[in-house]
Amino acid sequence: MAEEVSRKPYVREMTSEWIFRHPRYLRYMTREFSCLFIGGWTLLMVWGLKQLAEGPAAWAAFLDCLKSPASIVFHVLALAFAVYHSITWFNLTPKALPLQVGEEFVPDVAISGAHFGAWAVLSLVVLYLAGAF
Amino acid sequence: MAISNKPIVWGPFAAGGTLTAFLTPVLILLTLLAALGHAPDLLAHDRLHAFAGHWLAKVAIAGVVFLSLWSAAHRLRITCYDLGIRADTVVASIVYAVALAGTGASVLYLTRI
Repeated sequence: MAEEVSRKPYVREMTSEWIFRHPRYLRYMTREFSCLFIGGWTLLMVWGLKQLAEGPAAWAAFLDCLKSPASIVFHVLALAFAVYHSITWFNLTPKALPLQVGEEFVPDVAISGAHFGAWAVLSLVVLYLAGAF
Repeated sequence: MAISNKPIVWGPFAAGGTLTAFLTPVLILLTLLAALGHAPDLLAHDRLHAFAGHWLAKVAIAGVVFLSLWSAAHRLRITCYDLGIRADTVVASIVYAVALAGTGASVLYLTRI
């Protein structure tokens, strides 16, 4: 009897239904799905590099493709997911890199806050250097 | 102790996660502006071509592409597992191969600029 049982081990069925069981799980999956947008956008930029190397006409065609409605929708979604990734990443940074000064640990909010501040400054610097304003 | 390849896989993931957290939103904003017809000056062909022509920029671009693709690939692998796909070796091979192929392609294009 015991042998029969061991021959037929119980394999728990795994589905993706668990995501909807708790808002926390849904937020977790939202964060994880950011990889599709960050990865997809990066691959789009690799194609952009190809077009850039081929010359002004190919580059102009690339910019025209960016202006399609599908591309605009993709960009808006990608931006939202990328920002969400940044927020979750910086909120987790104090857990990954706890910082001790003397006897005390630096508060989480200070570590996260420093990262959020650096992110804001860096973003503005990039926008300025790129001539966005 | 068994030899593990985890640090090699996880290191670029953590580095890429940090890099994309700092940089990707503003870079997407630049191409979103271009998509809306307000392309920043940098995205004019001659300027971007000159920028990407410098060896330091080439190294930086290739590095950003590699770390972004690798961290996305690693996260996608874990997500597939979470969604019930248990063929981890197959999934890992595919996603990491795409990340490396994308990096290789960007290096190839950069050498032509």
